[in-house]
Amino acid sequence: MSIIKFLEEFTTDNLMNKASSRRAMFGSLSSLTKKAAVAAVPFGLATMGNKAKAATTSSAYADPTSALQLALLLEYIEKDFYIQALDSGVLSTYPKSEAVYMQISKHETAHVALLQGALGDAAFDAPSIDFTLGGNFDPFAEKSDTDPMIAYGQILALAQAFEDLGVRAYKGQATNVMSDPALLTVALQIHSVEARHASEIRKLRGLDGWITGSERGEGMPFFTQAVYVNEENTTHGGVDVTMLGDDAPFGFESSTQAYDETLTLDDAGEIAALFLS
Amino acid sequence: MKKQKITVTTANGRNRRKFLKVGGLALVGSGLLLACDDDEEMMGDDDGGMEGDDGGGDDGVFDLGGGDRGVLNYAYALEQLEAAFYTNVLNGTYWGGAGEMEKKILEDLYNHEVNHREFFKAALNATYSSELVLPANLEFDFSTVDFNDRDSVLGTARLLEDTGVSAYNGAGKIIETGAYLVIAGKIVSVEARHAAAIRSIIGGDMDDFTFFAGDDVVDPATGLDMALDPSAVIGAAGGFFITPFTANELP
Repeated sequence: MSIIKFLEEFTTDNLMNKASSRRAMFGSLSSLTKKAAVAAVPFGLATMGNKAKAATTSSAYADPTSALQLALLLEYIEKDFYIQALDSGVLSTYPKSEAVYMQISKHETAHVALLQGALGDAAFDAPSIDFTLGGNFDPFAEKSDTDPMIAYGQILALAQAFEDLGVRAYKGQATNVMSDPALLTVALQIHSVEARHASEIRKLRGLDGWITGSERGEGMPFFTQAVYVNEENTTHGGVDVTMLGDDAPFGFESSTQAYDETLTLDDAGEIAALFLS
Repeated sequence: MKKQKITVTTANGRNRRKFLKVGGLALVGSGLLLACDDDEEMMGDDDGGMEGDDGGGDDGVFDLGGGDRGVLNYAYALEQLEAAFYTNVLNGTYWGGAGEMEKKILEDLYNHEVNHREFFKAALNATYSSELVLPANLEFDFSTVDFNDRDSVLGTARLLEDTGVSAYNGAGKIIETGAYLVIAGKIVSVEARHAAAIRSIIGGDMDDFTFFAGDDVVDPATGLDMALDPSAVIGAAGGFFITPFTANELP
């Protein structure tokens, strides 16, 4: 898939000119992705598990620009999310969470600037983003009847999904930028920051900082399962790490926690696209 | 898996131990172990412990090598260090009496690092002949750590995890094979999750809720984590290594 092709559909100009239907907006996604995106937004991602498994690795080792564009899309979403979260007032009675969100927001804003600079002319404007998933969520308590506790739960859940997604997406693009050592290093330096964020957000939600099996964790909305598909993998480079010993470090839990998995450009882009309005 | 041919005896020279201990984890100096290799006087007398020295080093000292092998050996050394550290943590009185949450986190970290260590051992031995693989059971000097003291344990854990993150981030560009880059990526993000978890505990003590990704490790202007070359990392962590090795082919 060419991510720029579908991203072009989300530039401000295109949005204004087309008043685009969802179908039109996803027109340049791969057919597999398109079907899911059109049918599934905002919910109904029940089929995503199988589909993601079926998806093949596209674009391996080829295209640093697409890799950076995917990164920029994810960072736009994160930047917007944390700014809106902090502006919403939902966090104001949770000083620890608010401090955490401010720190993360600072990083995501810097990442956007960095990626825009790296992409130059290949950068695109921030798309229009909808964190309510078509009105099904209200993380920023924009409706007067939304329980602030519910909004707080959603604001944490979405952050976890974005950060765990970011970790997998950057990891999945590492080989696509390895032809450029400086670029690879920068990508890795962002990747580990996303992982630090993920760990802390998970902790705020009462979870471990690391992922066990393919568990999305208690209280995570079902659609976020796409972020955790295949996390239960225990074989790396042909070595099944559960076979390396008999004690706790080699049990299923530890063996899956100790390694994060990748997501392809298609799979990560598909999840990101859920938040484009 | 091939049988390990290399055996490493305890470094018995007081000089060597003293020499390698300098520096601790402070990010100063330039590669104590690298310096070690240049000093033939230092290594000349007591290098008899290693057999089958085809690892490229001088004087019977194992050299990590370059490229993929160099990075895998380097990662294996760091994972051995981390696993040995947490093994000691779980045998210390602080951990024994720690609160449930801290106890669980440190136990998880032990499990993960032991898993990583054995992964690199298996991956290296599946790919390279044994004389090209860093010996198992490196010896470490944790005399600067008080495993009965919470601050000492958590402070050292933080340094080791942050160092691990910066090491993997800096080593990525040396890796030649995409599959190894992906595996390094799978591990480094878990090291970063560890670092944040330990930092979160320490930050809580300090009432600094930004410490999980503090400005001291994530540049607030760029949002970038640390990335260090192997020479800088080995220089920083060299104080913990008793068993000497060199990294002559790594930057």
